[in-house]
Amino acid sequence: MSHTSLRVNGRTHDVDVDPDCPLLYVLRDNLGSKNPRFGCGLGQCGACTVLVDNRAVRSCQLPVSSAAGKEIVTIEGLGTPEKPHPVQQAFIEEQSLQCGYCLNGWMLTAKALLDRNPRPNEQQIRTACEGLVCRCGSHAGLFAAVRRAAGDVKRSA
Amino acid sequence: MASRMSISRRDFFKDAGGLLVGFSLIDTAIVPRLLAAPLQAPTSTLPTAGGRLDAWLRIDGDGLVHVFTGKVEIGMGVETALAQIVAEELDVAPDRVTFVMGDTSRTADQGGVGGSTSISQGARPLRNAAATIRGLLLQLASRRLSAPVGDLDVHDGIVSIKSDRSKRVAYGELAAGADLNDTLKVSGQGFALNVEGSGKPKDPATYTVVGSSLPRKDIPAKVFGRFEFVTDVRVPNMLHGRVIRPSGVGAKLMNVNEDGVKNIGGFVKTVVKGNFVGVVADTEWAAIRAAKALKVAWSAPTAAFTPHTEVYQYMRSATPKATRETEKRGDAAAALASAARKIQASYDFPFQSHATMGPGCAVADVGADGVTTVWTGAQKPHAMQRAFAELLGVPLDKIRIVWVEDSGSYGRAGFEDVAADALLLSQAAGRPVRVQWTRDDMTAWGPKGPAVVCDLSGGLDARGEVTAIEFASRAFSGNEIAAVPATAGNYLAAQLAGTPPTYGGDEFAEWGRQTPAYVFPNLHASAHIVPSFAAVASPLRATHLRDPEGPATSFAVESFIDELAAAAGIDPIDFRIKHIEEPRARAVLTAAAEKAGWDGRRSPRSEKVGAGSAAGDVATGRGASLGTRNGTYVGTVAEVEVNRRTGAVRVTRFVCAHDCGLVVNPMGLRRTIEANLIQSLSRTIKEETTFDRSRVTSVDWASYPVARASDIPSVIDIVLVNRPELPPGGAGEPSSRAVAAAIGNAVFDATGVRLRQVPFTAARVKAALGRG
Repeated sequence: MSHTSLRVNGRTHDVDVDPDCPLLYVLRDNLGSKNPRFGCGLGQCGACTVLVDNRAVRSCQLPVSSAAGKEIVTIEGLGTPEKPHPVQQAFIEEQSLQCGYCLNGWMLTAKALLDRNPRPNEQQIRTACEGLVCRCGSHAGLFAAVRRAAGDVKRSA
Repeated sequence: MASRMSISRRDFFKDAGGLLVGFSLIDTAIVPRLLAAPLQAPTSTLPTAGGRLDAWLRIDGDGLVHVFTGKVEIGMGVETALAQIVAEELDVAPDRVTFVMGDTSRTADQGGVGGSTSISQGARPLRNAAATIRGLLLQLASRRLSAPVGDLDVHDGIVSIKSDRSKRVAYGELAAGADLNDTLKVSGQGFALNVEGSGKPKDPATYTVVGSSLPRKDIPAKVFGRFEFVTDVRVPNMLHGRVIRPSGVGAKLMNVNEDGVKNIGGFVKTVVKGNFVGVVADTEWAAIRAAKALKVAWSAPTAAFTPHTEVYQYMRSATPKATRETEKRGDAAAALASAARKIQASYDFPFQSHATMGPGCAVADVGADGVTTVWTGAQKPHAMQRAFAELLGVPLDKIRIVWVEDSGSYGRAGFEDVAADALLLSQAAGRPVRVQWTRDDMTAWGPKGPAVVCDLSGGLDARGEVTAIEFASRAFSGNEIAAVPATAGNYLAAQLAGTPPTYGGDEFAEWGRQTPAYVFPNLHASAHIVPSFAAVASPLRATHLRDPEGPATSFAVESFIDELAAAAGIDPIDFRIKHIEEPRARAVLTAAAEKAGWDGRRSPRSEKVGAGSAAGDVATGRGASLGTRNGTYVGTVAEVEVNRRTGAVRVTRFVCAHDCGLVVNPMGLRRTIEANLIQSLSRTIKEETTFDRSRVTSVDWASYPVARASDIPSVIDIVLVNRPELPPGGAGEPSSRAVAAAIGNAVFDATGVRLRQVPFTAARVKAALGRG
């Protein structure tokens, strides 16, 4: 066990944890956050995605010691109902999900993509999202939301 | 989200006899702690039997409508649709309607979720209860305002006199202190449970809320990361558990060596009960490490399975466990014998995993006196209550099951089994235990949708008219593990711990039940059940996966219909319309064709153009199929590209015409149909549970791949055929039914090569193209 200082959604937390423990469990169990979510623990699905210095990262694969001192953002940190992030606004307007358990991956991957490339084309959106699973098959709505967040609301499924 | 209320147990019992006054909603984040309070009294004193109005619906002093339903939300937006139905009857804003769902201490047993019945059947008692409470409120208002009921109307929860709007009173004021209870007439049970009271529901022609695209109630909380899934339930004094499964089917526990786990900080204990093995620890990370470090020795597993590469031969050669003749019209054998032309084809559909997005999680708190609370995302909480009472050997009223939403589940997904894991670990630990399944626990060891094979023969006369069809299916029962998990022996943990397994019964893949009611002069259909590979604790135990046996049986029949159309030289949509009588089936086919811009002609597009053709690498084609399911009709068109060099099949467009009667929420319905199509695309081109003689070998998203972004069609066009004159029907499954056939038919149109085995992996398609 060792003391680690984590900066999550703009707040600093000191935790006493095994430095090898993946960030996912520290966020959920030590800090009591509902997000991100456990999907596979293998880095294959994206349910556990967080932003680390604005890059979408699989928190189930990231030892907490490697996240120390970096800016970590979860979907709670994107925006609020009073002041939603454009990605959140788009996902609501498109009614883009079925169960929504996968949303951490889709919304944060979209946010990281749009920060790099504000007007991605269809191929760029799909390439960015290829590593994500949505088991319900909500992809049509998820892509529509990413397009809407990029300012394009016209294109079809 | 289903609001969970802040009332303490004591307050609840105090008020349970009548109208609940003044209870408020609180931050749902702290609710689990309150729900964790031990039961103070037998649950049977609560009004969940269905014969009382307040078992279904209550209105508080603020005018909030509290609905208590045994239905639960599994990610398709049913909570929002039910809110619209209740709001419609009561004339309140839908956001004033809140839900308690699937809590065995507070909601009636409506059978939970299944069979796409939550709206078609599950909404009926809510609609009738709402109409009845509206009538009671109007009577109170009549006295309060000194006006006959006929002179009153209601807008947004305010009753006023039509001729003088200044004379008004709110539902909340009327409800405060009043006894709005009534006795209801109860009929049916499970999905069919209904109640009727003094109130008569509205004429659907007058609906204004039902039929509108109300945004889903749960989506904002999910998008802002505030939604509480069952994975977020935390209760005081809670431990984290993990389970360790046998090395293969039939393996017996030989020895557990704890040397490597005792020094793990936070490790609490190992739990062993028969072949059930688990660990509990203070933290999740400690439980993960302990599960990995624990040395567990198993006996050699049995070679019970025929590997997936040979399973279809096994299914066709095994002596059936049961056989049923499901259709007999005319003399199909004689007609086939005298047919001018006879075609035969065999179709194979694999075992598939539920492979839910979240792999399954539950919290159980088993008290020393047997008083137990379980938080679960499983679809049928009341059935689980009966099973867990049996498993613990305690009366039913000691067990409370509290449903909390898990990731999307499409049948008996395994969320039941993880709850039983938590139950056994909590019983042994004497503390509440949260079990989070691993990906392997779900994908490898979770229950499966059964493999199904179908063999068909068809005869045509000299003019190309179909004279006869013979159909025979062979399937592992879709109910080996009952979809209604009401017995202890239904659960994996119980089977491992020594409870004899409960066989759910023979569930066949049937012509006519899972396929459209085509009319042919001579028809013979039979169905066989293939014996289970292993009765106890099998990772191949079969049960309901979205539209049980539907996609498999429909794949065979809707592909064979296409083969007959091609043999007869007729456009495949025209052929279907010719052989089906139901007007609604014809209408969805016509609507899909029209939207698709269907080019009416026979398939294939041209002569066979298999591998090695000089016509370029990519062939394109279009295919159609018809799905009918319990009064819902679906016409589907798929447009595909087939890469002849690699065998890769890509669906570029889906068109789906969908008729489920009255549409409650068009936007919600569209999204659910799209998701049905895409999940079915995934099942069609990617998904197959693989296994050797003792083990399932598809264990994660790499070995059990599903559709990814690059697989998703560029265009999905949904045509909602709204029929306001008909009651709302099911929509959770019907559009899954005929997707595989539409894709296979499109590949045939593109290449002239018929795919008869799911999934259509690139390697399999390439091989089929090579065979021509």
